[in-house]
Amino acid sequence: MLEIKNLRAKVGDREILKGINLKVKVGEVHAIMGPNGSGKSTLAQILAGRETYEVTGGEVTYQGEDLLEMNPEDRARQGLFLAFQYPVEIPGVSTTYLLRAGLNAARKQQGLEELDAMDFLTLVKEKAKLVEMDESLMNRSVNEGFSGGEKKRNEIFQMAVLQPKLAILDETDSGLDIDALKIVANGVNKLRGPDRAIIVVTHYQRLLNYIVPDRVHVLYEGRIVKSGGKELALELEDKGYSWIEEKVAHA
Amino acid sequence: MPDPSILDHYASEFALVAGERESKGPAWLELLREAALQRFREMGFPTLDDEEWKYTNVAPLAKTAFRAADGAAVDGLTIDHLDKLTLGAMDCTHLVFVNGSFAPQLSRLRPVPDGVRIGSLASELQRSPLLLEPHLCRHARFEEHAFVALNTAFLRDGAFVHLPRRKVLTEPVHLIYVTTGNGSPRVTHPRNLVVAEEGSQVAVVESYVSLGDSAYFTNAVTEVVAGGGAVVEHCKLQRESERAYHVATLQAHLSRSAHFASHAISLGGALARNDINAVLDAEGIECILNGLYLAQGTQHIDNHTFLDHAKPHCSSREVYKGVLSGRSHGVFNGKIRVRKDAQKTDAKQTNKNLLLSEEALVDTKPQLEIYADDVRCTHGATIGQLDDDALFYLRSRGLGQDDARSLLIHAFATDLIERIPVVPVRTGLECLLMTRLPVGIEQKERA
Repeated sequence: MLEIKNLRAKVGDREILKGINLKVKVGEVHAIMGPNGSGKSTLAQILAGRETYEVTGGEVTYQGEDLLEMNPEDRARQGLFLAFQYPVEIPGVSTTYLLRAGLNAARKQQGLEELDAMDFLTLVKEKAKLVEMDESLMNRSVNEGFSGGEKKRNEIFQMAVLQPKLAILDETDSGLDIDALKIVANGVNKLRGPDRAIIVVTHYQRLLNYIVPDRVHVLYEGRIVKSGGKELALELEDKGYSWIEEKVAHA
Repeated sequence: MPDPSILDHYASEFALVAGERESKGPAWLELLREAALQRFREMGFPTLDDEEWKYTNVAPLAKTAFRAADGAAVDGLTIDHLDKLTLGAMDCTHLVFVNGSFAPQLSRLRPVPDGVRIGSLASELQRSPLLLEPHLCRHARFEEHAFVALNTAFLRDGAFVHLPRRKVLTEPVHLIYVTTGNGSPRVTHPRNLVVAEEGSQVAVVESYVSLGDSAYFTNAVTEVVAGGGAVVEHCKLQRESERAYHVATLQAHLSRSAHFASHAISLGGALARNDINAVLDAEGIECILNGLYLAQGTQHIDNHTFLDHAKPHCSSREVYKGVLSGRSHGVFNGKIRVRKDAQKTDAKQTNKNLLLSEEALVDTKPQLEIYADDVRCTHGATIGQLDDDALFYLRSRGLGQDDARSLLIHAFATDLIERIPVVPVRTGLECLLMTRLPVGIEQKERA
């Protein structure tokens, strides 16, 4: 589904990604872990099409197409979804309006009819229940005045409505209390299936107790320095990131 | 130095108009007209040296010899067409003025409560001058403002809305000013008076539209007098032609516990200037001044507001927002004076501007003059571009770049429309704005 080959990127003069290689097959859940500043969020943002970063080398194939050639909206319409680490507040635009516009843009591109108001309403109500999101929130301006937890839950709610093929969760667990964490994890697990893939970007192992990954990768200084099964996350939790730093230093 | 030839032009126009007038009207008004002409000749048009006009150059207007527009010629003009140009069909009284004169055949009068008067100023001056005399020209002072002086000198027609004590008008009153534009540069001087006596309630909407794209000059003055506890909503939709000059003063005089709100929506004109002044002359008044200006191309839109807090315990809220594209120029000057007497004043002013191109320009100037010591006054101004983070967020959900841009612009602007409590007016403006807001044009070059 997604293949990243030797991806390099910089912001300004600073090189952040120094040759990332990653292959995600449909149906899989991958976790990308790493210390602060290792390039996790940069990778997530580049995959979603953020232009603040300059890709200097490598390639990314998504569903057989050159992802880097696509603009952000086309990536979204073809099923790529990013749950933002810092969801943006957008005064004057309601979450339901945004979702309906996004969903219908995708349907239009796929040659499907636009969803009418009633069907859409049924869908969002069902999904709001899934992430236990207060319905009043989705009729308010996107994230405006939301608490940190409400913003993260809104990301998962949007993911549930848009039903992406590849979901990238960028530190969706940060700042969540345990109840919210379980709700978010439940939302993600419901999406899990043979025709989708999920990339969970996280600093801590905690979320992976609830979303059990197939593969775990450790990102350090712009490179994936170690990959393994779900037990790698536990090992990292146990030994800390300094363990990785030492390993890299000795290599 | 005023240009003598243009001043002579207006003096000879004055004589011409006076000669054509069927009836001079009340003597007090004739004296006012003459005094106003005299004052205008002394002042001349303002220049960039005038502090109040330092960002707005009226030279092109000042050097054009505008002639008085011909009366209500209305070939082929229909009510439907006017609805389309303004706020859509609204169930309410409409007074239509074509080239400055009342056009009864296009106007629609609806039943109003006993004693409520809605009509053309020209006919009300004949019918009931005693009702007008205490108010007309008493509030918008021509001594200090050249355009008000010019309007007063040429005062002829406009709307008169009068609500006696405790009368409530639930429907708005829609005043439509149409300029047909027939080649040579013409000027109209609409003059409106709204008197809402103690405890009454009314909403008045002024719409300024044009049928052509010719250069003309609208020089309007509206006086609003709100008695004790009266509730007055004033909305203005300015949609003049792209070559027009539009200068207007709204002067509100407010009494104890009155509520007054002004919503000024400026879309048209090559050069547009609004002066919106409110005197809070008793305790417990609540005054709201809101405005939205959308300028494109080479348009110049200037909003000058002046809140005069003369007495204690009043509150004022002011929000002006601008969306500027192309090489347009926006000006906001918000003066708040809190006089020594006006303790416990609570005033808040905000001006936000969205610049959609590199060449668009805005000058924003809050002006607080506070002479009392126990008051709360805040002001803030912002000038910014569309938020890149928000744009990316919307696109990451599947919205196209142009759609995302127009959605953000729309969200920025509609906030002001949503503050209008008069439902049909709000709805009409929402629809109008949909068609008028800039879409994904003028992409900012990414460095």
